[in-house]
Amino acid sequence: MRYVLLFVDTEPFAADLQAMEPVERERAYARVGEWMATNRNKIRGGSKLQPPETATTVRLDRGDPVVTDGPFVEGKEVVSGYTEIEVADLDEALRMVQTWPGCPVVEIRPIES
Amino acid sequence: MADPSHAELARVVRDHAGRLAATLVRVTGDFATAEDLVQDAVLAALEHWPAEGIPERPDGWLFTVARRRGLDVLRREDTYRTKLAQLQWPVPPDPDERLRLIFTCCHPALPQDARIALTLRVVCGLTTAQIARAFLAPETTVAQRITRAKQKITKAGIPYRIPDPDELGARLTEVLAVIYLLFNEGYLSTAERAQSRDLVDDAEWLAALLHRLMPTEPEVAGLLALVRLHRARAKARFDPAGDLVLLQDQDRTLWDHETIAEATRLLTRAALHKQPGPYQLQAAIVACHAEAPRWADTDWEQIVLLYDMLLHLAPSPVTRLHRAIALRYTADARAAMTELDTLADSLDQYHLYHATRAELLRELGHPDQARAADRRALALTANPAEQAVLRQRITWP
Repeated sequence: MRYVLLFVDTEPFAADLQAMEPVERERAYARVGEWMATNRNKIRGGSKLQPPETATTVRLDRGDPVVTDGPFVEGKEVVSGYTEIEVADLDEALRMVQTWPGCPVVEIRPIES
Repeated sequence: MADPSHAELARVVRDHAGRLAATLVRVTGDFATAEDLVQDAVLAALEHWPAEGIPERPDGWLFTVARRRGLDVLRREDTYRTKLAQLQWPVPPDPDERLRLIFTCCHPALPQDARIALTLRVVCGLTTAQIARAFLAPETTVAQRITRAKQKITKAGIPYRIPDPDELGARLTEVLAVIYLLFNEGYLSTAERAQSRDLVDDAEWLAALLHRLMPTEPEVAGLLALVRLHRARAKARFDPAGDLVLLQDQDRTLWDHETIAEATRLLTRAALHKQPGPYQLQAAIVACHAEAPRWADTDWEQIVLLYDMLLHLAPSPVTRLHRAIALRYTADARAAMTELDTLADSLDQYHLYHATRAELLRELGHPDQARAADRRALALTANPAEQAVLRQRITWP
């Protein structure tokens, strides 16, 4: 089964990361790098995303396309990255996510086959 | 056997539906389809058996109906159809596969109400209508819940397997929670649901099945003992008029003392594993009550101790409330009240909190405040039997 892991940042998490000493922040990034390396045989792709203030949303359901600044939902929790994985089943995806050392929320979404 | 009773039908279906579901999931590799086939077979059985009698081999009967229906609906899905076509009765005996079924139905990725509905339908063989009646929910709601859950199992890749040893503890906790909720739902319900299928039967049956499949898990034994100890007192819980009788007023000669002794032995054996858990401790508390010949003989010191252990493992305001009730007997009403005051915020919406306060206030000589607390409790419970007790207390002089 293929899934996309949607990594979700929260405000406190972003603030914590901001408040870190550079060395500390480097270590946090390194832990994520290690996790990626450990799971590399299951990872099929993905990226970290630029922050939500860089997002542009286009709505096509209101007559003419409407272009607005910002993400499609304004919220305290924002998608900050995604990874596509290929594993046996949801339990394997869950097991993988349980050791994720980065942001505090991860959504596991199956890819339509 | 002609005109089988309601309970007999339920028992036979329960004994065979889950096994058939497990077999069909294995053969077709598709949980949702297998489940549909079993449900069809169960519905057919409930239509035919009351008039024609339960067949000599109910498992063969259910299998034949499910297989025929499967060959029909799977016409376009060749692989499943071929596998099903090759399957002949009797199916070669396998180790009980219902454990996988249970773990899939109680998967944490499913919403809790769906876990309950799915377990009842897939493992216990209840129909959607029976589940709806038992939970006083519209049938369409229950049907939708089950459909969504099955879609999620398929689309999200929820596996059909027993969790690995390192995940087993957490996953077993989820399964036990489903059985316990089911038990409570049935146990707290009253005569108005007497016509519906007895969820307590299903909960006990599930706990017993799980205990048979996982004999070395002490918490499974603990839950089974807990359910049996509660059930052993069932006859004394309602008076002939159908009104709830409180524990202290129950006629203890009506209790099933043989079941109490057996459940206590089960609990003692579980304790040998030296892995105490919430269900073993709750069962031990119920055993303290069940073993007391009279209300006055209750070993409250032991009960407070067990509540302390329970709070250590699973802190909860409701457990603290129960501990406070025991404190009333080891210390006094004032000590219990002091403890209760600390729970005011967290349990303000819980009827038993107010009902307990009422009792303590009455004992401490504040009848007016007691009545007010009883009224508050009354407003917070939907259970008719409990409402009757509270109403009676409010009208006391």
